[in-house]
Amino acid sequence: MTIGLEHYLAVGAMLFCIGLYGVLTKRNAVAVLMGIELMLNSVNINLVAFNRFVAPADFVGQLFAVFVIVVAAAEVAVGLALVISIYRLRDSIHVDDLNLLKW
Amino acid sequence: MTDFVNFALYHAWLIPALPFLAFVLIVFGLRRHEKAAAATAISLTGISFLLALGVAGAVFSRPELVEKPLVYSARWFSMAGLSVEMGCLIDGTSAMMLFVVTLISTLVMIYSTGYMHGDEGFTRFFAYLSLFAASMLGLVIATNFLQLFVFWELVGLCSYLLIGYYYYKVSAREAAKKAFMTTRVGDFGLLVGIVLIQTFLGTMDFVELSGKLPAFAKEAPVLLTTIGFLVFIGPIGKSGQFPLHVWLPDAMEGPSPVSALIHAATMVVAGVYLVARAFTMFSVAPEAQHFVAYLGGFTAFFAASIALTQREMKRILAYSTISQLGYMIMALGVGSLTASMFHLMTHAYFKALMFLAAGSALHALHGKADIFEMGGLYRKMPWTAAFMVIGAIAIAGIPPFAGFWSKDEILVMTKLHGFTGLYYLASVTAFMTAFYMFRMVFTAFFGKENPENHPHESPVSMLVPMGVLAVLSVVGGLVGAPFVAKGFGYWVRYGAYHHPEFHADVAGISVLLALLGIALAWTIYGAKKVAAKDLAAKAGFLYTLSYNKYYIDELFQWINRVFADGTGKILYWVDLYIVDGIVNGLARLTAFAGERFRYVQNGQVQHYALVFFASVVFIILLSGLLGVTTAGVQSGGVAG
Repeated sequence: MTIGLEHYLAVGAMLFCIGLYGVLTKRNAVAVLMGIELMLNSVNINLVAFNRFVAPADFVGQLFAVFVIVVAAAEVAVGLALVISIYRLRDSIHVDDLNLLKW
Repeated sequence: MTDFVNFALYHAWLIPALPFLAFVLIVFGLRRHEKAAAATAISLTGISFLLALGVAGAVFSRPELVEKPLVYSARWFSMAGLSVEMGCLIDGTSAMMLFVVTLISTLVMIYSTGYMHGDEGFTRFFAYLSLFAASMLGLVIATNFLQLFVFWELVGLCSYLLIGYYYYKVSAREAAKKAFMTTRVGDFGLLVGIVLIQTFLGTMDFVELSGKLPAFAKEAPVLLTTIGFLVFIGPIGKSGQFPLHVWLPDAMEGPSPVSALIHAATMVVAGVYLVARAFTMFSVAPEAQHFVAYLGGFTAFFAASIALTQREMKRILAYSTISQLGYMIMALGVGSLTASMFHLMTHAYFKALMFLAAGSALHALHGKADIFEMGGLYRKMPWTAAFMVIGAIAIAGIPPFAGFWSKDEILVMTKLHGFTGLYYLASVTAFMTAFYMFRMVFTAFFGKENPENHPHESPVSMLVPMGVLAVLSVVGGLVGAPFVAKGFGYWVRYGAYHHPEFHADVAGISVLLALLGIALAWTIYGAKKVAAKDLAAKAGFLYTLSYNKYYIDELFQWINRVFADGTGKILYWVDLYIVDGIVNGLARLTAFAGERFRYVQNGQVQHYALVFFASVVFIILLSGLLGVTTAGVQSGGVAG
């Protein structure tokens, strides 16, 4: 059996769903951020896989993957900073407690 | 002198403009200055009167104006197929009307300075009077139906304002509304008639119409008759003909000078004048004209029969006005413009006189209106009593007073033109007129004094106008007497000139009937040989019927209640449950939806994300089921 595009895509999809599950169910803000990271990386796998199997001559897919990694790093930095700041304010990083804007 | 006459003839538009100027001046400058306001109104209307005299003089010096009226006008507005002008039409008829209206208006204004003295709305009253006179004068010189209609409505508005002058009294407000709405019913018919005239004849100009109408009458007689009926609905409302006469007696709620003005010069005669102006039309539409005659005759009789039993002085006079207007309308219907206009003029003299005299009596008695609570007023108010007697003799038709000549002319014309039934009816009405007028005179001014009353004679400012009118009531009819060579009928006529003939039988019978009426009134109310109460009891049913004005008001009330209120109730229900139901239902639906959906908005970002992703999954599944291909999605749409 050769490893084809479908396998990569399946891994990507699985990773995405795991990440999504984490985002939707975790109450800890740091865990939610981790879920988001998983989802971003599943997209990276897709990008790289498509680049490899559909248009091997181009580097656009890889370029995008690198770009996403950079953005994800920035996002994590900002996200964790927010989490720390919230923790300092409210002594909690539980997302259920963050209900100031609720009706 | 000739300069002035020519000036007046070619500047006749000043006659309505001057009272209007008085109105504007009073409203915008003299509201706080009673004397100045009265002086302005009287002097400007007086100048109008002088101009009207000039116009009359011009007509006398140019007899050709009677046949061929002088018309000059300016365009008011025009559009495709419609050109409307405003201007002056001067002929014998309009010159006579200008004279009568300005004369009565001036006298009434002078009288009002005494009558309204000390009233808080003094200046307002003079402003309204001026506007009233201006509107009526504008109506008189109208060159076409639309100009006439505009001023016709203004007259209606002014009567509304003046009848409701004591606006703090409920009855006055109600009477004002009643007058306005009742006459509106008539105005609607008139307006429809005018629109039809413009549509089918292509012009509203009186002179042009008189040229076109005979041919049109041959072409479309039915249509013309319809137009005639519609136009006549206007006068039915305005001139208080049956069955729209109900507003006129209630209009007594206004101050007495207003009653005099409305009844003699400005309001009610507008309808008669309209029929006179449209005489060319009625003379070629015989069915409509006969209807005019019979309705007029019936109204004359009908109103007189109500006046027999009324107890309030001004109400009796009001019904007598309706009755006399019936005479005028009937005269037009039988085809005599002259007789009608003649009676209009003499009636203006003596009816204005009687209303002013009644106002004088009421003024002295502080508004006590029931004639059976008066009695013996002549001792304290000799002048007023004398004026009232003169008026009563004039209206009863005793020669040589004014009313005799004009009424005689009407009776002769009615008989000569073959309306024998109407002639008898009118003669009986003459008898009734004499009776109810002297019933009032004997009861209120003679007999025993009521010790509760402390009457006093009115001031000179009120007596002088009455004196002028009294003189005119005595001699004013002589201008149309048969022995005058070129009398009233020569100057105010339609068609060829017929010299009025003296018919001894007609005159004899009418005078005899009038004398009988007076004698009967004397027997019952003067000498009290027969008790009025017994008579009333004997004629129980008829008495009740007459006293309650044939229940016409109640009939209208009933029609109102059943039809107008019924429709109103249905519409109210529709509005409440259907229109409001839809509106409120929508609002309630929105509120309900918001109430339910607000739980969706719970502030949980994860919840939103779940909904978001679930929706994406759902849409993907759905497009898979519906067979949307990837190619379709790639090309940017789901329709593939």
